[in-house]
Amino acid sequence: MNSAADGLEVDRVHVWRGDRHVLKGVSLALRPQQLLQVSGPNGAGKTTLLRVLCGLLRPEEGTVAWRGQPIHKSRAQFHASLAYSSHDAALKGDLTALENLRFSIGLRRHLASAELRASLGRTGVEHCADLPARVLSAGQRRRVAMARILASGAALWLLDEPFSNLDSAGTELVSTLLAEHVRAGGLAVVVAHHEIRLAGDVQRLELAA
Amino acid sequence: MSVGAWAAMSLILRRELCLSFRRPGQLLQPLVFFLIVTTLFPLSLSPQLSLLRDMAPGVLWVAALLSSLLSLDSLFKSDADDGTLEQLAICGQELGLIVIAKALAHWLVSGAALVIVSPIVGVALGIPTSAFATMMLSLAFGTLTLSWLGAIGAGLTVGLRRGNVLLSLIVLPLAMPLLIFGANATDRAIGGASPAGALYFLAALCVFTCTLAPFAATAALRISLE
Repeated sequence: MNSAADGLEVDRVHVWRGDRHVLKGVSLALRPQQLLQVSGPNGAGKTTLLRVLCGLLRPEEGTVAWRGQPIHKSRAQFHASLAYSSHDAALKGDLTALENLRFSIGLRRHLASAELRASLGRTGVEHCADLPARVLSAGQRRRVAMARILASGAALWLLDEPFSNLDSAGTELVSTLLAEHVRAGGLAVVVAHHEIRLAGDVQRLELAA
Repeated sequence: MSVGAWAAMSLILRRELCLSFRRPGQLLQPLVFFLIVTTLFPLSLSPQLSLLRDMAPGVLWVAALLSSLLSLDSLFKSDADDGTLEQLAICGQELGLIVIAKALAHWLVSGAALVIVSPIVGVALGIPTSAFATMMLSLAFGTLTLSWLGAIGAGLTVGLRRGNVLLSLIVLPLAMPLLIFGANATDRAIGGASPAGALYFLAALCVFTCTLAPFAATAALRISLE
């Protein structure tokens, strides 16, 4: 059985932004093969929580631990097993979709162009591989960002609104990819407004405004 | 970690150069600014060679300083705006390596390019060809130092909306020693004296910033990312 030491553990995290107390003692534990859906009204701190989880934001109080280690102590190791997608697609407009993938995945692992193309194919944007990202539609950019998550080979996915700008086929695809990732032993934290229905173990966290 | 530090740095370097060459306008802007500003002086003042030679070091260095500032703002800003900076920060490589590679790329497309075109300016300002080597060497030290000072400033101001004015206010005072020693080295070379003393000072400043500024710039960037 998986124990919490294999996964992500968040203990009473508090974050203030200026005078605003954004995260008020959030605790959660996530094990392999689990997905956590974070929801809540606008301004409830969903994105802030994701930024805390990926180590971009140090909480004022509380700890985040990955596989039993506080994340700020073994930052590089933690980041190597993490893939984060913010609510913008984080693509360079002047680079092609494939180059975007090559330059960001290349920092994590050695992957041949064919494999990068394959992950673009998996998210249905292989025909955009050689187009500059600035000419892609918002939905296509989202799919390229999803291809980057896939190609990263990370165990922990942190996705901020992965369903935004996607058509119904795209929404279906992201759900399928999430289900496959979780079934293969991965972990995922997803910020989404509508309910994610998966066969696997789905936890829910509702943040109050 | 499957990708080594050198491989990661060279990848970032290639990424930056690739991005720069996709936007040739942005690449040429500081260089054209440098050329235009320096050639305005002989046109607006009297074209007397002795007067030009007296002023040449100052004009050259002030123009180099200002044109370097033009490109500094985008050092981290463009990556921060489209969200790729966050991706770089969590790619599993040390942030310091990424900062070093980015600053080096910035120097190659701004500072090194400026050093290469500086003989044109030297001719326009009537600097004797015997002083070109000193001029170029001092500019190379100076622009590399500036790129690093700028990296600290850019790291601090990346999260601000109108950061470029503040960036100038942070960087320009720190660049005063460069201006003094750089102009002095060029001046002495024009006059036929040995510029060694000023060049040593420039080289020392350059080594000082190249070794310590990466830490400062990385810390500044980490604060701005929060």
